[in-house]
Order: sequence, then C-alpha cells, then structure tokens
Amino acid sequence: MEAIIAIAIGVLFGSGTWLILRPRTFQVITGLLLMSYGVNLFIFVMGRLWLDSPPVTLEPGFDPTQMADPLPQALVLTAIVIGFATTALYLVMMIGARGLTGTDHVDGEESDS
Amino acid sequence: MSTIDWTQHLIILPILLPLVAGALLIPLNETRHSLKFGINLASTLGVLALAVTLLVLVDREHWPDGIGVYLAANWAAPFGIALMVDRLAALMLVLTALIALAALIFSMQRWSRIGVHYHSLFQFLLTGLNGAFLTNDLFNLFVFFEVMLAASYGLVLHGYNVHRIRAGMQYIVINLVASFLFLIGVALIYASTGTLNLADLGTRVGELHPDKLLFLKMGVTILTLAFLTKSAMWPLGFWLPGIYSSASPAVAAMLVLMTKVGVYAVLRLCTSVFSPEAAAGAGFGLEALLIGGLLTIAFGAIGMLASEDGARMAAYGAIVSSGTLLTVIGFGNPALLTVGLYYLLGSTLATSAFMLVIELVERIRSPGFALLAVTMEAFAIEDKPEEPVGVGIPGTLAFLGLAFAGCALIISGMPPLSGFVAKYGKSHAMLGMTPDAAPVPPFA
Repeated sequence: MEAIIAIAIGVLFGSGTWLILRPRTFQVITGLLLMSYGVNLFIFVMGRLWLDSPPVTLEPGFDPTQMADPLPQALVLTAIVIGFATTALYLVMMIGARGLTGTDHVDGEESDS
Repeated sequence: MSTIDWTQHLIILPILLPLVAGALLIPLNETRHSLKFGINLASTLGVLALAVTLLVLVDREHWPDGIGVYLAANWAAPFGIALMVDRLAALMLVLTALIALAALIFSMQRWSRIGVHYHSLFQFLLTGLNGAFLTNDLFNLFVFFEVMLAASYGLVLHGYNVHRIRAGMQYIVINLVASFLFLIGVALIYASTGTLNLADLGTRVGELHPDKLLFLKMGVTILTLAFLTKSAMWPLGFWLPGIYSSASPAVAAMLVLMTKVGVYAVLRLCTSVFSPEAAAGAGFGLEALLIGGLLTIAFGAIGMLASEDGARMAAYGAIVSSGTLLTVIGFGNPALLTVGLYYLLGSTLATSAFMLVIELVERIRSPGFALLAVTMEAFAIEDKPEEPVGVGIPGTLAFLGLAFAGCALIISGMPPLSGFVAKYGKSHAMLGMTPDAAPVPPFA
C-alpha cells in the first residue's frame, strides 16, 4: 500500500511541476491543483497509513497505540481549506488578466517564438 | 484552575486587534473614507502601543527569562498552540507597527482610495505579520504566513492595472508553490519528531535516531527553501523586483517587511532546532546560507546598478538587505548576529522609507505621471512650488532631497547614520572571529 501511495504522490507532484512550468495560465492552475493534491496526500500519510483505526474515540480503555494519529488529519484539513481559497483567488486573477491583457499567457503577452 | 496574570493576554492582542479592526472595516461603505482611515489608524496605533509595551515587559524580565508564553485555550505546551514573545519577537513587532503606521499615513490621501477594501486588507496583513512573529508552532506559522500572503495578494493588486495583474500572477504562483514546500517540510518534521512546537523540537532533536535525524534534516531543508523564497535568496528571488516595483508604494513598503519575515523564520528555525545543545545537528545548513547570502548580495548589487527606475532600485536594495542578513546568520556567530539584528532594523526602515520617498520624487520628475493620478489634489507638490526657501530650493524638494540622501546613506552604510554603525560592527565582529567559532546559541 505504501508503494502505491508513494507512486501516486510522485505522479501528482511530477505532473504538477511540469504543468506549472507551462506558459498558459490554465495549465498553471491545473498544475497547482495537482501539486496541492500531492502535498495533501503527503501530509496525510506522514501520520503513517492505518486501517480500521479511529483517530478519536469515546470508548473508555481504548488502547491509544491502536488509534490513528489525528494530528496530520487536522493539518491536512487546514491545508486543504487554505489551498482551496488561494487557488480560487488565483482563478479570479486569471480571469482578470485575460480580460485586461487579452491573452492567457502567464507573462501577459505572447512570446515572439 | 489557576488565574492567569492579565499581562499574559497582551501577547495575543497584537494578533486579535488588527483582526477585529479589519473585520469591522469590511461592512463600512467605501465612501466613508475618513472613518475607515480613522479606524485603521487607531488600530495600527494600538498595535504599536501593544508592541512597545511587550518590548518593555520582555526587556524588564517581567516573565521568567524574558520569554512570555501564551498557551491558547490553556492547553499544556506541546499539545496546544503556544505563542511566545521574546526580545527579538517584540522588536520585530515594534518594527512592523512603525512601518505600518508610516505606510498607512502615506496612503491616506491617494493610494488607499484607488480601490476597495484597502484598509481591511492592511489590517489583515498586520494580523498575519504579527502572528508570524509571535507563534511558536510550525503549523500555526504556516497559517499566519497564509493570512499574510492572502492579504498581500489583495494589496499588491490594489488599484488593478495591467502591470500589477501581470506581476501579481507570478507572485501568487511563486508563493503558492513555496507554501506547498512549506507544508511538505512541516509534514516531514512532524513525521520524524512527532512535534511541531519549536521549543519542543529543539529538545527532541538530541534524542533522535540517526535515520529520523536524516528525515528531520530533509524536512528542515525543504521548509527553509520556502522561507528563503520569501526572503528572496538567490536564485529564489527573481520574482521580487518585478512585484515590488509594480505595487503601489505604501504596499511596497509593507512588502519590504515581508522579506524580513522569511529571514526571521530562518533564524528561528536555525536557532531552535539546530542549537548547540542538539549536538547531532548543530550548525546544519549554515554554510548554504552563507554562500547563498553572499550570492544574493552580489545579485542585489548588480541589479541595483543596472536598474533605471527608482522603485526597482529600492527592490534590489531589499534583496541586498536580506542577503546580508542571511550571510550574517550563515556565519553562526553570536556577536555578529547581534550586529546583524541592529542592521535589520536600520536597513528595513531605510528600504521602506526609500520606497515611499522614491514615489514622491517620481511625481516631480515626470509630469506625465500626473495623468495616471486618480486624485489630483493628492499632489502636495502642486500647491507649493512658489514657496522658495533659502537659496531658492523649494521646501518640499529640500525635504525630499534630504530624506532621499538619508535613506541612501543608511542603505550604503556611510557615516553619520545608523548604517555605518551596523557596517562597522559587522566588520569588527567578523575580524574578531576565530575560525572555529561557537555556533549560535538560542535567543533569550
């Protein structure tokens, strides 16, 4: 399972990196989204991979070593919210830039080549 | 339940006050400009007063060891989020409040009116900056960084034109990617040590298994990359000149402060995680900072020589200043670091002031600029040219000239201003350094 997750994160991050280096804003924002998925998964698995174990329980006498680490789950939740908000902000910028410059190139003008 | 000393609550107020003020400003109509400005000014003055109070309290050792700790919701230290104020943090708070006050007054007549919600964004930027200086938890630091950055995105775009959009798009992408690096770094640090509290991290490093120490080092390296992007170390700082020169001057003055947040975070991380007590990793990465800092100084200096436009020159000035600070941290010598912090104060104030002065100078230089002005009455120059003072130099020009010269003297480190003292102190500390100088001790 670890290997699959690791490969998935690698693929997401790799494609994201390639995409944010592309010249069109749409490609850049897609790249940012893919990278943020990769990062969120990465934070999540940093608390180790657990199966069938609750992060929080009310059951008395539950062995704490059998519980999943709740902190990365809390962290990833915050990271998702913040990432989502900033990506939405970038989307607004993208539309603004398209309207003002008339092109979707990241430099705001077409390159000569 | 023990009662908490009321002074304890002062620590969280520099974060809460601008947050509340910023939120209050949102529903107010944009036409009620003086009211909005008044609230903003009152809140900024309040933050300044709080910062000075904290500095005095910390300096008089009101709290044990001069370190004030605020436990959010009174959770015990490694579990809850702790805020911490020491001399360095309090000093940075005062610096932030001073620059914010100057930038705010500068923007009263003109710059705050060219778009909406300037005042709210300004207060949120203060919230983020103060939070980043005060927090003692890495993930909380990330949250405050994002608050600061989100506000700065809005402020950079304030007064929406093609230049700002173009620069802003790159600025946002760079910072989003830096935030991803930040998160990866934080996740790796958590995975290797099981804590995100900076003070706790420092005590745990010594007992780490070598494999985990390797993980921790990877995490810290990636995290530091995010900070170095903010503080514009070469080759991570190419984004800076474009965005600083296209933002409105009052905002650019605040942005200068934001590079210092990056430097501050690097310093905190170096001193608390790889302190001399943590023998396993003491002094890790300092060499990279030293070389990177020197390259940054060179890059900034070349850029400064090559730039024609004043704001761009000031932006390269900010790069030189961060480069110098990173080099100073990289030496890892306590005496040198003390002088470096003195330099930080002077150079940040001077570079911010430079941003503001340059814009006034440009107003005189090119009359064509006036066409872009939204409010013509903002031009203080226009109603004063017939008042010659002394040998026929108008008072405004003389004042601007002196201010410009003052900033330039501080930035270049010439006597009689503070830049020279800092430069002399640095040279003195460097010459007196033994080759195997002790690594940096943690701050008190």
